[in-house]
Amino acid sequence: MNVLSFFSQHGGEILQATLEHVWLVGATMLLAIAIGIPLGILVARRPWLSKPILGSANIAETIPSLALLGFLLPLPWLGDRADRIAITALTLYALLPIIRNTAAGITGVDPAVREAARGMGMTPLQILFQVELPLSLSTVLAGVRVATVLTIGVATIAAAVGAGGLGEFIFRGLAMVNDRLILAGAIPAAVLALAADFLLGVLEHRLRPAR
Amino acid sequence: MTATTSAGPEAIIEFRGAGYRLSSGQTLLQGLSFTVRRGETLVLLGRSGAGKTTALRLINRLVEPTDGQVLVDGRSTLEWDPIALRRQIGYVIQETGLFPHYTVEQNISLVPRLDGWPPERIRARAEELLALVGLDAAQFLRRYPHELSGGQRQRIGVARALAADPPILLMDEPFGALDPLTRMEIRREFLALQERLKKTVVIVTHDTSEALLLGTRVALMEGGALKGLYSPKEFLHSREPVAAAYVDQLHALEEFEGGQ
Repeated sequence: MNVLSFFSQHGGEILQATLEHVWLVGATMLLAIAIGIPLGILVARRPWLSKPILGSANIAETIPSLALLGFLLPLPWLGDRADRIAITALTLYALLPIIRNTAAGITGVDPAVREAARGMGMTPLQILFQVELPLSLSTVLAGVRVATVLTIGVATIAAAVGAGGLGEFIFRGLAMVNDRLILAGAIPAAVLALAADFLLGVLEHRLRPAR
Repeated sequence: MTATTSAGPEAIIEFRGAGYRLSSGQTLLQGLSFTVRRGETLVLLGRSGAGKTTALRLINRLVEPTDGQVLVDGRSTLEWDPIALRRQIGYVIQETGLFPHYTVEQNISLVPRLDGWPPERIRARAEELLALVGLDAAQFLRRYPHELSGGQRQRIGVARALAADPPILLMDEPFGALDPLTRMEIRREFLALQERLKKTVVIVTHDTSEALLLGTRVALMEGGALKGLYSPKEFLHSREPVAAAYVDQLHALEEFEGGQ
């Protein structure tokens, strides 16, 4: 039995796992964006916070993913459900590129533009929402893109705590020494990553400010 | 020194012993005392690092004096709400600071929009402003700054600063980045504009001929202090060494031209 016929036979299961995977990644990205962009703005505004915030995000990145899932397991509420553990761990991984790019985007805004905005009497919030964020949108989105592709890959580990997703096939395949099972998880994950990379890349290009 | 330190009734901006020191202890400005009269064009002339730009930024409170005070309309800038103060003061800088993600129309209607004008009035004002700086509305309103030449960008910068008809206009090296011919053109346009609008204008420049051409008075700055206040005529005949050095430099240019 070749890989293609395996895919057609188990299409329903694979689709189910792919949808679980997309849900894990989607929830993670929403959380990571909701936390990462404000933190990035904070880093850009208060340079002394840059070391502690980026440092922490960096440390989270260095913890091996399996170990991170293990650390979260005994925590109250979080540890109660597998998808909570997985989404928390994935969010911690996804934060760094988003924080870093948001901060870089905002500090990269032409100082003359900021000076003019202040000089014309825009309030700090108006400058942030009408000038700095729109001008750094493509840089922020580049960070979201990197984080998304990373998360799609790392999310396969979520199966280790029973959170489902395409990792289920990979872990089962490893246990049963079955290449086709491994590919049933790996190929859709790779396709998802490529598709996300492409779509977000197009969006990023559209939002790039003209020079 | 011909500076008048007492505020006459027509004074709209007044520096009273204003100084500015960085937190590192470095002094950028000290003991600055002079007034700007309503409707005049005062030029701050000096070399790089003389403190001209800092003095200008004290007026719209982009920096706050560490010594003395700066008064606008009789009130210390520190008593003003900085946002309200800046909305009354047009600001033009050399790099223009036009928003690259805004069209010309959005750029020049920024302050009216922030001030909550109704849309029809904003639209009409935008067209009026473009006409004022000599650009065709139909052709330029929809363009983005990167689609403009340097001279056009600078004109839009002036239009944006004039949008809400502020009584005061601050200009920091407004024509410095332009090629000599365009610069001359825009200076002339500016003179004609000022003839009509009668704004109170403070211009920063390091160009002596620009100072003498545009200024009703010239404030000469050196090393963070005011060296003197002159009418253009007085400046040309001043015996003050720094002023004389600027005039000599002008004459050197004329002699060179004469020798050709």
